Amino acid sequence: MNLASAYTPRVRYPVLPSLETVAAWLLALIWIFPLLYAFWAAFHPGEFMVNLEPFAPLTLDNFIEAWAQAPFGRYYLNTFALVAGVVLAQFVVCTLAAFAFARFPIPGKNVLFMLVLIQLFVFPEVLIVENYRIASGLGLVNTITGIGLPYVASAFGIFLLRQTFKTIPRELEDAARIEGCNWLEILWKVYVPLAKPTYLAYGLVSISHHWNNFLWPLVVTNSVESRPLTVGLGVFSAPETGVNWATVSAATLLSIAPLLVAFLLFQRQFVQSFLRAGIR
Amino acid sequence: MTLTAHRKMQLYGALLLLPAAVLLATFAYLPTVMTVINSLFLPGFRGEPAEFVGIENYQMLFDDPTFWQVARNNLLYALGTIPTSIALALGMALFVNGKLPGRGFVRMAYFTPTILPMIAAANIWMFFYAPQIGLFNSLLERLGFSGINWLGDPSVALGSVIVMSIWKEAGFFMIFYLAALQSLPPDLKEASDLEGTSRWSFFWRVTFPLLMPTTLFVLINALINAVRVVDHLFILTKGGPNNATNLLLYYVYENAFSFFDRTTAATITVVILLVLAVVATLKFTILDRRTHYQ
Repeated sequence: MNLASAYTPRVRYPVLPSLETVAAWLLALIWIFPLLYAFWAAFHPGEFMVNLEPFAPLTLDNFIEAWAQAPFGRYYLNTFALVAGVVLAQFVVCTLAAFAFARFPIPGKNVLFMLVLIQLFVFPEVLIVENYRIASGLGLVNTITGIGLPYVASAFGIFLLRQTFKTIPRELEDAARIEGCNWLEILWKVYVPLAKPTYLAYGLVSISHHWNNFLWPLVVTNSVESRPLTVGLGVFSAPETGVNWATVSAATLLSIAPLLVAFLLFQRQFVQSFLRAGIR
Repeated sequence: MTLTAHRKMQLYGALLLLPAAVLLATFAYLPTVMTVINSLFLPGFRGEPAEFVGIENYQMLFDDPTFWQVARNNLLYALGTIPTSIALALGMALFVNGKLPGRGFVRMAYFTPTILPMIAAANIWMFFYAPQIGLFNSLLERLGFSGINWLGDPSVALGSVIVMSIWKEAGFFMIFYLAALQSLPPDLKEASDLEGTSRWSFFWRVTFPLLMPTTLFVLINALINAVRVVDHLFILTKGGPNNATNLLLYYVYENAFSFFDRTTAATITVVILLVLAVVATLKFTILDRRTHYQ
């Protein structure tokens, strides 16, 4: 990772920052500004939204207001259930499929694999109309299962895990077989533990994707009972509802807080996960 | 391996694939096929069977000026977001790859928008764009200019949506460039330093060409996103004013769930699927061949 520093002699930063430093920092400040602004707006009374007075009084009223006006507790619960359910189900289904693709002789395997890869381009949200019909035929409308199920057989997960499984030496598998393990035991005791970094990377990307997903959950849910945070926030901040902006900022921060905190704590893992999952 | 053992393996493998196959068939293949079929029929009223009309629905769609406006918007959206966010991403990656005071913070600042839901990002940007009390206009007014109706003026609205999208995407693309930069062999830099090559020509002659596979990869992802991501429209504009910011997938949503015209929705979906098929072909031919040289 730090090959660059191996040959570059250590230089002390000059007293005056270089043009490049100034540009990099300016861009960084522009990029972080909208988020900082949302923080400012959420913690100050509504009338200070625009003039950004440095000594404006701090307040938590906006959060209290937002929490009172929409069932954010319920939205949190739904989102947690959704994300946990989707990620677990993806792990199971994709692991089995990836194992089959990596190690089993299946007739027409390459064609089947190409068929799976199609889903990398044809996402459930592109097919919202028909998927809605199918979900409603299965009685899944307005359920958390209905939001998650179309994403469970993730081509991306199958692809990533297959790549990882293929790099695991067969000798380990043979050793396990001599010990008397059957296929599922081999999968569970040899392949899954060795693929831990892949699971972590895929898990983080999947968590952030499903936490943030909007269009399909919007279509398939129609009440508080099943709405995740994003849809709840979308309903809450629609202009028709006439909620004031300081309250909307507070609601926005409420919806992104867990993911944002997780990101700030595990920044490196997040970035590496996106990278690992992206390079394919 | 005996024949029966081989058979057993095949059966076992098929069983492992089964759950994924059932789910993919239900939520990917079946809906795709149904969408194509629906685009060729007119729905029957009051229990009458649907009527096969062939490509008539497509002719209707292509005669509809709104469709062309939406398609054009989507093209402009792609042209507006993709080159700029890729260029910014490359710049960001070069910044944080070098020595820079506070590099950790700068990197985090660039990447943070990626982690936010599009809906939340749109909520925040809504404050900037709002006509009377929005931040942009109050700044303009303080500088003595008159305010702009960022989201309400048809000639500006799409641009406003594009600016927000660039902010959201650039940091995501940055990490792919950063990874590529860090995997470049350092001896290239050493050699060029010995030759006395300027940083500018080193970038254009060495770094940039070597980053080509990354650029293509990012480009493919950006193209898919330009078709797929419409969440911000729900907050910012609802496709308005006068369809000035309407994009293909949002138009599908509107047709299906606001106008209850599933046939038109299916027809537009097929157009989107064709666009995605072109992108997929691009990826599997050009991109995969290119990256083998690495």
